[in-house]
Amino acid sequence: MFRDSSIIRWRNYSDRYMLEGYECTNCGKKYFEKKGMCVCGSLDFNNLSFCGKGKIVSFTKIHSGPEVFQEQTPYCVGIIDLDEGARITAQIIDSKYKDLSIGQEVEAVFRKFYKSGEKGVIHYGTKFRPKF
Amino acid sequence: MNVGVLGIGITKFGERWDQGLRELLLDAQVKSLKDANITADEIDALYTGNMGGGSLSGQLHVGAMASENLNINKPAIRVEGACASGSLALRQGILAIESGEADIVQVNGVEKMTDVSTEQVTTMLMGAGDEELEGFNGLTFPGLYALLAKAYMTKYPALTRDLLAEVSVKNHFHGARNPYCQFRKEITIDTVKNATMVADPLTLFDCSPITDGAASIILASEEKAKALGSKVSIVGSGVGTDSLSLARRNTLTAIPAGKIAAKIAYAQAGITAEQVSFAEVHDCFTIAEIMAVEALGFAKEGEGYKLYENKDTYFDGRIPINTSGGLKACGHPVGATGIKQAIEATMQLRGTAKDRQVKNAEIGVTHNVGGSGATAAVHVFKKVK
Repeated sequence: MFRDSSIIRWRNYSDRYMLEGYECTNCGKKYFEKKGMCVCGSLDFNNLSFCGKGKIVSFTKIHSGPEVFQEQTPYCVGIIDLDEGARITAQIIDSKYKDLSIGQEVEAVFRKFYKSGEKGVIHYGTKFRPKF
Repeated sequence: MNVGVLGIGITKFGERWDQGLRELLLDAQVKSLKDANITADEIDALYTGNMGGGSLSGQLHVGAMASENLNINKPAIRVEGACASGSLALRQGILAIESGEADIVQVNGVEKMTDVSTEQVTTMLMGAGDEELEGFNGLTFPGLYALLAKAYMTKYPALTRDLLAEVSVKNHFHGARNPYCQFRKEITIDTVKNATMVADPLTLFDCSPITDGAASIILASEEKAKALGSKVSIVGSGVGTDSLSLARRNTLTAIPAGKIAAKIAYAQAGITAEQVSFAEVHDCFTIAEIMAVEALGFAKEGEGYKLYENKDTYFDGRIPINTSGGLKACGHPVGATGIKQAIEATMQLRGTAKDRQVKNAEIGVTHNVGGSGATAAVHVFKKVK
């Protein structure tokens, strides 16, 4: 299904793998995700590379995950404010859940997400860990 | 706005292994026809709310299935807005009547969820969020509301773990008094707190279950409703939307779409929150009910917990919430939930809710949310005097 599609991941290569986003040329608002129209109404964006540093806004530990994440369950997912001003959803790793807190500084790392079946491709992307 | 409710029909909610998508839908459709005391050929159009027919049963085109079930060839449309599919279908039915195109409309909601594994249902439900930004990261539906709960309870620590559990305890209390409910069993705060963790801080008893079920309602124009003796009218219908993903929202401590929808529906009905006798709200997770009572104006943001300190939300309390048992106890057959809420509101205003009847019920509100708040629909129901 769609979670097995390597084409989807190829299409989102820049944001998934490189943590690239967009900055509105009119008002300067920054977005992690591809976006049709800025809140100011502008349709013009420049590409932007995020430095990968940010702070946790909220987080949770998932104890019952979807099919492709069965091997990793339980795992932690959070919402993170990137230092440049955009907000991103990502897994938070390399930390005990009880040691995490809202406002904690985190940094991006490139990690394996999941494998699509026996013969499928391995999907990668960006996760975050507590700042060293 | 004034659209009459002519008839209601609902299946028993639960694990209905004996019945498929079509049988559930038919059962509810026939019941609402009988209750309205009309024949199928009197229906001018049909709207059916359904979310997972395609991914869980391999069955789309549920709109035409509803007209086929009644052997009629009238316009029939499937409406999808995640967990708000039912209320969006209801709204389309109302608009069809308000436009003058139809005099009598049948609005249905149906979901068949227990034929497949929990993991497959989890994946389907996550389609209500943002697949690329959230689903790809392993976020689940309970996970989305856990993120909201964590942010809310950090900002408003007055909402304690025990008060959050009260939402579920109260809904099970009501559910035990509702014959079409999935879990007719009372529980305690400890049941909620000690249950298996699903997504911290939400346990199994903070979460609405996986449910099969269907619900159907027959609407009529004001004139027709009057002639046929309808006792309940819909006088307000509001919808609000927001971003699919939580990360794109302006706030994580409220569901703004609900507030937008309530404002529109209340204005149409010409009422204020103080005039509402009871409400059926979208408690897909306990935290969602807290945010719902705040969106509907029964409490200020951050003060929703106060309604759960003194049984104010019980059927005999100050502002009864979810007398059906809510999504938590009654069950959450996704596409059917919005219609079930409309049916519960109708039963309360007709005075036929028996063991859970709200006294002197005059105005009822339904509040149905899709996704983590990307869609919200609010409807106002009024007793005809």
